Amino acid sequence: MPTTAFLTDSTLCIGCKACEVACKEWNGVAEDGLNWTGHSYDNTSMLGHSTWRHVKFVEHAPEPGHGGNDPELPSWSFSSDVCKHCENAGCLEACPTGALVRTEFGGVYLQPDVCNGCGYCVVSCPFGVVQRNPDDGRAFKCTFCYDRQKVGLKPACATACPTESIKFGEIESLRVTAEMRMEELQQRGMKDATFYDASNTSVGHTHAMFIVRGDPKSYNLPPNPQTPAVHMKKAWKASAMGAAMLLGGALLAFLADRGRGDS
Amino acid sequence: MSGRTPDADSERKLVEIRNQAQREGKIQSQGMRISGAPFPLASPETGYYGIPLLKEPSWTWEIPLYFFAGGASASAAIIGAVANYTGADRKLVRDARWIAAAGSVISPPLLIADLGRPERFINMLRVFKPQSPMSVGSWTLMGFSGGAAATAFADFIQQKYGPSLPMRILENAGQLASLAFGLPFSNYTGVLLGATTIPTWNEHAGELPVHFGMSGLSAAVGLLELMGNDKSRALQALGLGAAAFECYEGWRIESQQTLANRPLKYGTSGGIVRAGGLLSGPVPLALRTLSILTGSRKLRRAAAASAVAGSLLTRVGWIAAGHASARDWRVPLEIPEKT
Repeated sequence: MPTTAFLTDSTLCIGCKACEVACKEWNGVAEDGLNWTGHSYDNTSMLGHSTWRHVKFVEHAPEPGHGGNDPELPSWSFSSDVCKHCENAGCLEACPTGALVRTEFGGVYLQPDVCNGCGYCVVSCPFGVVQRNPDDGRAFKCTFCYDRQKVGLKPACATACPTESIKFGEIESLRVTAEMRMEELQQRGMKDATFYDASNTSVGHTHAMFIVRGDPKSYNLPPNPQTPAVHMKKAWKASAMGAAMLLGGALLAFLADRGRGDS
Repeated sequence: MSGRTPDADSERKLVEIRNQAQREGKIQSQGMRISGAPFPLASPETGYYGIPLLKEPSWTWEIPLYFFAGGASASAAIIGAVANYTGADRKLVRDARWIAAAGSVISPPLLIADLGRPERFINMLRVFKPQSPMSVGSWTLMGFSGGAAATAFADFIQQKYGPSLPMRILENAGQLASLAFGLPFSNYTGVLLGATTIPTWNEHAGELPVHFGMSGLSAAVGLLELMGNDKSRALQALGLGAAAFECYEGWRIESQQTLANRPLKYGTSGGIVRAGGLLSGPVPLALRTLSILTGSRKLRRAAAASAVAGSLLTRVGWIAAGHASARDWRVPLEIPEKT
């Protein structure tokens, strides 16, 4: 089976949110409130148990050539966010039930029939993606449309995207696509285009890659995401030391006391 | 009628606006500062409108209580086993076993109640994953609970019906199991928090297990003393050691100036951590020292109560700090605090 990936090219995104709607439509994810946030046109705010695709609206001071040429209207960038399907996935390693698995397509899939809602994946995701649904009790996140991939279809979001901002395909060829696109954007003078796939971090690389304009930080994409595994050795070492201190201390205290008769 | 009283300034401003409108056809003045301004921005300095990047833990009140009960009972099991092996006072051994057994009965329901799907707790036991502290912890809890409960049960039966070989075998096997599983169970919760993406927790990954282990020890010693074992010199020594370590840990937390460390010092979570630290470290250390100097059992019991309360507050505080840390988008985005 080929390892598949997303390449979300925000320079092509028009902020229509078709991906958000298509995702909910195909996966049967519940509506999660219609609230005004005041954050540009983004009223979804973040990925979560009921939001597996999320279009970010990065709005800033007018800059001709960046999301329009009107010198008086704010400049906009849109980027559709999604579970990163990390190569070294913190959630997957943390899951004590084996509910989170790696599929034959390389994605990270949460089996809802196994999850018991312990919530440990929630604090193990460096991107804040997976979340426990308080009404249902289980954790949920993007499935990478495992069911659609199994029958040879593209994920719902990529299928619905009208501008092909969300590209889906084999990971190596998508990397080449991304490289060519980055070159093209540079040539066109879009010097601030940035490729993001978290390679060079302990996450390894992500199976959801992004091209965004400007600093990825504006999109809440962390510059140095870490998988919890990097802290594991240190923590278990401390655990061994703590256990030794406990046992040694108790032995010392009671042996010393024994020699001195009744206290 | 309420409202604004016109003054020279307000009227001058209105005339100025009128003149500007006549002169230029539009108003350049910035006007009123809108309530709530400045509005959140999406930028490399402010992240994505200041919306948290990480998710807060979904755990509820059961988890800090589980940490407390598990830590205290694991330490009690170790104290009980060591006291038994070294031939210490029978009452102390028995009390320690009862605390361990009580913890073994309370802990699993607490952990299970926190699950989103409690009826599926058993799924924890369908795999063993060494790379998951939650998996290791669940198995350790099972082993510890079985061992501690068996020890107390066999002890009780023999106390009531006289010694018997099968019960002695059960007692010894249970004691060995509660000791073997009790050692990791006493502090794995520190690994559980340390090996996550929550900055406040993982920044302390290398010390949290020892901290939590010592906190559990000080709670176990305190509980044993409150149960009447307040003449044991061994317990006094262990209590002193744990309190001294908690003083050191408190100093470490207080002296660390990183952004990720802030929830341990400031805000509600910082208040709880600091209160827990005081009650676990300096207070019992001073009271214990005084009780040795004066021979006062009252002071020693006060130290014991303080240590128990301190241990509970420490667990509550660290979980609360994790929530505050997850809300702080600056740390994962590596954005320094606004100057």
